[in-house]
Amino acid sequence: MENYLVAMLVFAGLYALLALGLNVVWGMTGMINLGLVGFFALGAYVSALLTKKAGWSMAAGLPAAALVTAGAGVLVALVTARFRGDYLAIVTLGFSEVVRITASNEIWLTNGTDGISGIPGPWRGQLSPAAFNLLYLGIVALAVVVVLVACERLRHSPYGRVLRAIRDDDQVAAVAGKPVRAFKVEAFAVSAAVLGLAGALYGHYTSYIAPEVFTPLISIYVVLALTVGGTGNNYGAVLGAALVVFFMESTRFITAALPGLAAVQAAAVREALIGASLILMLRFRPAGLLPERVRPMARQ
Amino acid sequence: MLAEAVQLVINGLVAGTILAVPAIGFTAIYAVLRFPNFALASHLTIGAFAGYIVNVAWGWPASGAVLVAFLGAGLAGVLNDEVVLRPLRPAGPLTTAIAAVALTIVLENVVRFCFGNELRGYDLPIQRDWQAAGLRIGAQQVKNLGIAVLAMLAVFLFLAFTRTGKAMRAVADNPTLADVKGVDPDRVARLVNFVGMGLAGIGGVLLGLDTSIDPLTGFRVILSVFAAAVVGGLGSIPGAVVGALTVGVGEELSLLLLAPAYRTAVGFAAILLVLTLRPRGILGERAY
Repeated sequence: MENYLVAMLVFAGLYALLALGLNVVWGMTGMINLGLVGFFALGAYVSALLTKKAGWSMAAGLPAAALVTAGAGVLVALVTARFRGDYLAIVTLGFSEVVRITASNEIWLTNGTDGISGIPGPWRGQLSPAAFNLLYLGIVALAVVVVLVACERLRHSPYGRVLRAIRDDDQVAAVAGKPVRAFKVEAFAVSAAVLGLAGALYGHYTSYIAPEVFTPLISIYVVLALTVGGTGNNYGAVLGAALVVFFMESTRFITAALPGLAAVQAAAVREALIGASLILMLRFRPAGLLPERVRPMARQ
Repeated sequence: MLAEAVQLVINGLVAGTILAVPAIGFTAIYAVLRFPNFALASHLTIGAFAGYIVNVAWGWPASGAVLVAFLGAGLAGVLNDEVVLRPLRPAGPLTTAIAAVALTIVLENVVRFCFGNELRGYDLPIQRDWQAAGLRIGAQQVKNLGIAVLAMLAVFLFLAFTRTGKAMRAVADNPTLADVKGVDPDRVARLVNFVGMGLAGIGGVLLGLDTSIDPLTGFRVILSVFAAAVVGGLGSIPGAVVGALTVGVGEELSLLLLAPAYRTAVGFAAILLVLTLRPRGILGERAY
């Protein structure tokens, strides 16, 4: 039971990272990313392959994963930066699908749908499973704190102010002389790097990744986490992630207790609940539990 | 090699014509409501299953299945838009797009709850393929082609000659002007949802007649639908047809070079290519 709780905390931490990454683009810059799971998967594969096949250490695999996903983010953002956000929605959704197809079919590299097993984790062999779990919780918690502090610094910096200006009205930002397109591409790259980092951490924790692990539903979890917590608020992203993991796990027990449901029906109920709660949040509590606080303008 | 390529082009034109039906739905909804409605995926699945029920359980022929799918998916589209998406539209197109993805997950799981995950096939008579000059085409394919062409013809006639069709085009072209002229935007929104999602439903039946269906049917083709709409010019109905044919032929021809699994990736590549080289798509954004 302790192991289960620790594992849930690790997952909450990973979702917190994903929500923080989403907050940089969606919360701060007002750009959409509906293919979060694609960047998450890409990061997981890059670090898993580098540590398992090329013999890199995890300490080198994590930044490499962040760099590669940032590069992918730059490409996606560059192609769509000139257009309305709708195109970014379509392209990011497509991107995640292409990542999944590639991971399923480049068998020489990714082992196809069988996935990659035996991904090294820090001192996995030497430690008892319980100790490994705790150690990993520490690593993930550290990552969350570092990313949270960095995101807060970003938010309060002049740079973050420009991002918010672009979110609220990118034409005004452009008229004020800000290179809007460059800011958008950079913000997307930063966000993608965080998503990739989360993916890499996921792979080293579970030691197994496969294309079917990275379902589009994960993107919805993350959007839900950020919306529940408070779009634009970094602390809200972390809180929302913890709540969503708690919610997801409790539905597991509730659906298991419902009589007369086949396994596939129970799974369907859970997934539908996730989607429905996102719709309800967007409708009735769009600012989330911790709404973004914007300092009122100083009186002249 | 040449015969193979010609065969692939024929297959691609058939697949593209079928793809054009949901692509018109997607682009028409975009033209009027100005957001990418990803819930099209689940409405395509709903149509596929509605057609499946009347075809397999009640023994209706394919044409009846198409009609039921159009009505079923269209009504579901109007209902879901009224209850879920319309209240969110003031929050902006991107928030609505996110809600549409969530909606598609909910609906897909409703289908999964009722029917399970297994693949299901329509009940069809077995027919011999037509062959000529070393090329072949399935009799069912020809029928599907006919259904798709008829559906598109109906849409074009509706848009060109009926008063409501003209009202729809007016709202797509200039919502403010249409409003001033007394066109009720809510009515047009309901109408475009009915027609657009209904077309998605027909697309679902056509896919089901061609292969088999499961709760993920809509999600699997949605990338090709986006690609068709973007390649032709998002918001342009003739563009969706041109885009669908381009993407259909492109996906089939890719088989000469790539593994079949990469077919959907071809659609994505087409999106990137068009956005880079010809951002407004082949026919531009004019709605009609």
